[in-house]
Amino acid sequence: MTSTTLSPVPTAAPADASREPGPAAARARRKRVLHWIAVHSVAIAVALLFILPFVFVFLTSVMSDSQAMSGDLWPDSWHWENYKAVFETDGFLDWWKNSLLYAGLGTLLTVCSAIPVAYALAKFRFRGRRTAMILVISTMMLPPQVIVIPMYLVWAQQFHLSGTLWPLIIPMAFGDAYSIFLLRQFLLTIPKEYIESAKVDGCGELRTLLKIIVPMAKPGIAAIALFQFFYCWNDYFGPQIYAAQNPASWTLSYGLESFKSAHSVNWNLTMAATLLVMAPVCIVFFFAQKAFVEGVTLTGVKG
Amino acid sequence: MALTLSNPARRRLRTLGFLSPWLIGFSAFFAYPLIATVYFSFMHYNQIQKPDFVGLRNWKYVFEQMPLFGPALWNTLWLVVVMVALRVVFGLSLGLLITKIKTGAGFFRTAFYLPYLAPPVAATVAFVFLLNPSTGPVNEVLAHVGITGPNWFNDANWAKPSLVMLSLWGIGDLMVIFMAALLDVPKEQYEAAELDGAGAWSKFRYVTWPSITPIVMFAVVTGVVQTMQYYTQALVAGKIASGVSIGPGSVIQPGYPDHSTLTVPQLVYSMGFQNFNTGAACVLSLVLFAIAMAVTMLLMRKRSGLLAAED
Repeated sequence: MTSTTLSPVPTAAPADASREPGPAAARARRKRVLHWIAVHSVAIAVALLFILPFVFVFLTSVMSDSQAMSGDLWPDSWHWENYKAVFETDGFLDWWKNSLLYAGLGTLLTVCSAIPVAYALAKFRFRGRRTAMILVISTMMLPPQVIVIPMYLVWAQQFHLSGTLWPLIIPMAFGDAYSIFLLRQFLLTIPKEYIESAKVDGCGELRTLLKIIVPMAKPGIAAIALFQFFYCWNDYFGPQIYAAQNPASWTLSYGLESFKSAHSVNWNLTMAATLLVMAPVCIVFFFAQKAFVEGVTLTGVKG
Repeated sequence: MALTLSNPARRRLRTLGFLSPWLIGFSAFFAYPLIATVYFSFMHYNQIQKPDFVGLRNWKYVFEQMPLFGPALWNTLWLVVVMVALRVVFGLSLGLLITKIKTGAGFFRTAFYLPYLAPPVAATVAFVFLLNPSTGPVNEVLAHVGITGPNWFNDANWAKPSLVMLSLWGIGDLMVIFMAALLDVPKEQYEAAELDGAGAWSKFRYVTWPSITPIVMFAVVTGVVQTMQYYTQALVAGKIASGVSIGPGSVIQPGYPDHSTLTVPQLVYSMGFQNFNTGAACVLSLVLFAIAMAVTMLLMRKRSGLLAAED
């Protein structure tokens, strides 16, 4: 990530200041201070708007049942036991287990399958390379709803796997377009010379990939792993299609909505559950901020 | 080494080997279902009896008779236009703001980015609570300053704007993309513009804008494609706001209130998995597909960075 060299625009032209040292310099300094104040006030206001939803959700999550219905902003007493109640709800722990299974296994399979494909697309020269890239991007752009019906029919009728998460996990062993694209963009930035010198040293393609490229591409691999983990963790549509009939296969993202429906009056418990669904994502983010920001940047900026 | 590099057949085999996971995945999970979708769009099929050829009847039904197709298409296009436009403007403004911050940049960046990470279902449930007309904190706060808040997700006129607010809250990814693009603008160009006496607006118009247009284009196109598939937030908001105690899998009022949050992807789901009208669902899928593909082609044509660095 670009180190935050903050203001790209110098606030005062230095030539100006040297010509008229006295009042001009003072004016420039006053302008700079006003600019600082203006920018930071706007930033603080916007930051408040972004953070307040979390604060309200948290405060409601520790209110009593009746207070959560009242529209009060601050809890009269702190009911930490709401969190315990959420965990004791039927199915909540299973949803965690399923989410971890889907996200964990899905991420592992995606990473393993995306690495060789991205490497070939970034570094091999072959006919149809451009076409292949266009197809990858097309898949990436395709709304999942377009192909879901025939896919569902295959998994349900041929493989009898509806009611499980396997129809979501298995395809990840065959390359995810978004991860392939992102990793390819990253691999493009690795100079050819590393690969050539590995070849001179007698490495085959597979050895070059595993011994040279993978260690160098760790930040890119971390980024696709994180994105895939979050994609699976947040996925609602997939579990709704395949796991809906079988509550034992629900994930956290899917179960949360039914949780609200079952506790139709308990906004406090719902908000506690909501925070518990968000928590892993926030924790992972704090440990892996850099990989994240790099990944997001890669999607938008040419490799 | 000479052997691996000089033998074209071997090289082709090697390429195929490396690409094989994707080749299998592309055929099985993209090409096959796409062809099958076209096939089913000409069939009457309730997923129990054998498919039955009906020609263009499903297409006619969707475009001429299906009562919810009009509202769903209108909502989807409304969201595409309003949400994408506001997201790009807001994302760019935040990007500009964050590059100007001198103190506490790390804190502000995290604060603006964090909501993007909130799982969509959780964020939606939270927003329906926050914007709850009678007990929600937002209207409570508005009442303190003498404003009567609207009914948000419970008012057909406010439901889509509420979804837009939810989406603007999660603007973090766009902000980071724009921030990176803005930091890449060569500083010398700003200095040169300043020597020519350019003000803040001229600097933005003649220096910043030309160099970030590819990224803006990228943001618009991916935004359009993402909004074409807008599903989870609209569905969950409608269900939770309707307050009906129902489990997942049942949509009592699609697009509550008054179909104002019904989108085309939701209609695909309810046609295919609740009404078991496979043919109509596949027609709707293909409508989505056609729009998404048209936008993607546009993206390829404009070469907005996606296929760049090809060599």
